[in-house]
Amino acid sequence: MDLVTLLVILAKVVGLTFVVVLPLVPISVYFERRFSAIIQDRVGPNRVGIPLTLLGAKKDFSFFGLVQPMADGLKLFLKEDFTPSHVNKAFYWLAPALTVVPALVTVCVVPFGSDIIVNGIGYKLVIADLDIGPLFVFAISSLSVYGITLAGWSSNSKFPFIGGVRSTAQMISYEIALGLSVVPVLLYYGDLNLSNIVEQQSVNGWLLLPLWGNSAPWNNGGDYTAWIFWIPAMIAFVIFTTSVFAETNRMPFDLPECETELVGGYHTEYSSMKFAMFFMGEYAAMVIGSSLVVTLFLGGWSLGPWFDTWAAGLKIGSVGIGGLLNMSVFMAKVVAFILFFILVRWTVPRFRYDQLMRLGWVIFFEAALINVFLAALVIAAPQFGTLATAAGLALLAIVTGTLVWVLKVSEKKSAPISI
Amino acid sequence: MAVVKVTRPKLNAGEKMYLGAIFKGFVITMKHAIASMRNKTRGADAMESTGLGITMQYPEQKWDGHLPDYYRGAPALVTDEQDRERCVSCQLCEFICPPKAIKITPGEIPSDDPWAKVEKRPKEFEIDMTRCIYCGMCEEVCPEQAIYLRKDYAITGLKRADMVHNKKKLYEIGGKRVGLVNKWNELK
Repeated sequence: MDLVTLLVILAKVVGLTFVVVLPLVPISVYFERRFSAIIQDRVGPNRVGIPLTLLGAKKDFSFFGLVQPMADGLKLFLKEDFTPSHVNKAFYWLAPALTVVPALVTVCVVPFGSDIIVNGIGYKLVIADLDIGPLFVFAISSLSVYGITLAGWSSNSKFPFIGGVRSTAQMISYEIALGLSVVPVLLYYGDLNLSNIVEQQSVNGWLLLPLWGNSAPWNNGGDYTAWIFWIPAMIAFVIFTTSVFAETNRMPFDLPECETELVGGYHTEYSSMKFAMFFMGEYAAMVIGSSLVVTLFLGGWSLGPWFDTWAAGLKIGSVGIGGLLNMSVFMAKVVAFILFFILVRWTVPRFRYDQLMRLGWVIFFEAALINVFLAALVIAAPQFGTLATAAGLALLAIVTGTLVWVLKVSEKKSAPISI
Repeated sequence: MAVVKVTRPKLNAGEKMYLGAIFKGFVITMKHAIASMRNKTRGADAMESTGLGITMQYPEQKWDGHLPDYYRGAPALVTDEQDRERCVSCQLCEFICPPKAIKITPGEIPSDDPWAKVEKRPKEFEIDMTRCIYCGMCEEVCPEQAIYLRKDYAITGLKRADMVHNKKKLYEIGGKRVGLVNKWNELK
């Protein structure tokens, strides 16, 4: 490996993690606070700005309170980092790092934009262009459950412990729905490389917006596969998004840290930067989750074929800067999806724990399995011919019906005892 | 007491799907968000909101016009219409004050003064605003109607000494109060 390659890798790592993803964390915290405020008819933090009056100016420059996250961060740095005497110190110190690191490691497979071309050589805006993108993300992001569990256990206190146990069960349960719900998407693309998936979406239309390229029936000689595939794709999208909510411990699934029952959940005993690291890990997981949803379902960095081709031709000197434009499109999509996260938080009330488990194991698990069947059927229909497809559909209907019936029978409750 | 059995409502298929309800919820939250962005939140006018939502932006906007007559703000001394101080330094307020915020140093009125019959006036009158609980007992107990709770509520200072209102400050806040004053009555 020569020096240039090494430098490029280093620049990608530093640039994409510390300049692109990490600043998204305070930005999403800011949006969280402002957007929740306007949903609740409040103002939110709009005061903190650059104190120009200290430098002799007439007026402070508040800029809608955008400096607020910096003030929060400074506060967390300056707070006393208290370690209670009853904790298991080694794991207590390890836990915050174990929540942040997996979230940041998963950044490396996310395609942030199309290639940046320098002197005819294209540099992909991905840190590691792995051929097993989604699997890598699942493998690494499921490690973050260790951080939470260890935090709950090592705190040696009852509420964090309950929070840790809850989060373990929740994250393991939803991992299955998360993994199964992407299977249709991967079947459709026949590829596990996230960059290629986005490339395909850019050319052939997004998975949830198949309106151009090869997926549109007027371009490919009347093949409606992409349009019919919209149904399993939508089901996969709903299951995947909901599972991402559960994986990142967001409302309505924030049972590991629900304030009403568990004080602060697994991070009750933490303060200062250790608490901030949990906070950061949670928001980084949110950023990664939404970038994964955007990448798989909503076209990643592409913004329609016209924009993409125009951006690809854009040049300053011999450097094609289209990739940066695509990156800003990607960022805009991610921020929009984070806003959706926040909207959900203030719309859907928290689930009860048994409801959460039922939703994960009984509904999403089964729905994802049936969805895999349906997606495979849709993809295989052109080769199968009418008769086989009809038979497959009948089989699918029977299986679905049986499943629903079994669930209904097995869940029959005895009448509540009257008092 | 009769036992009331509450049964769960029967949900139809659409409600069991849950997604419709969530969508309805999105509409409601977004309606609120859009309304507060456009400064059209219900009740925003009545609260004199200047920005988002119904929040009044305090230092720029104040609630002063809406304070009721019985509002109990900072206690202050008042003068009569001829700028004579009403307080006779009887110290009743000092004794009644529950948190002991008031400290009066009485002074004698010299015998050659035309109002020598009044005998006393406050040499110094201090109210510690870090202790004051705005109960209004001083106002209630004052026989000369010399101390009143005014509508000042933003009592600020950078150190404890700033929070002690001395006589000058108290008269400054209090201002004038017209009406009959017993002690100036020559016949009494």
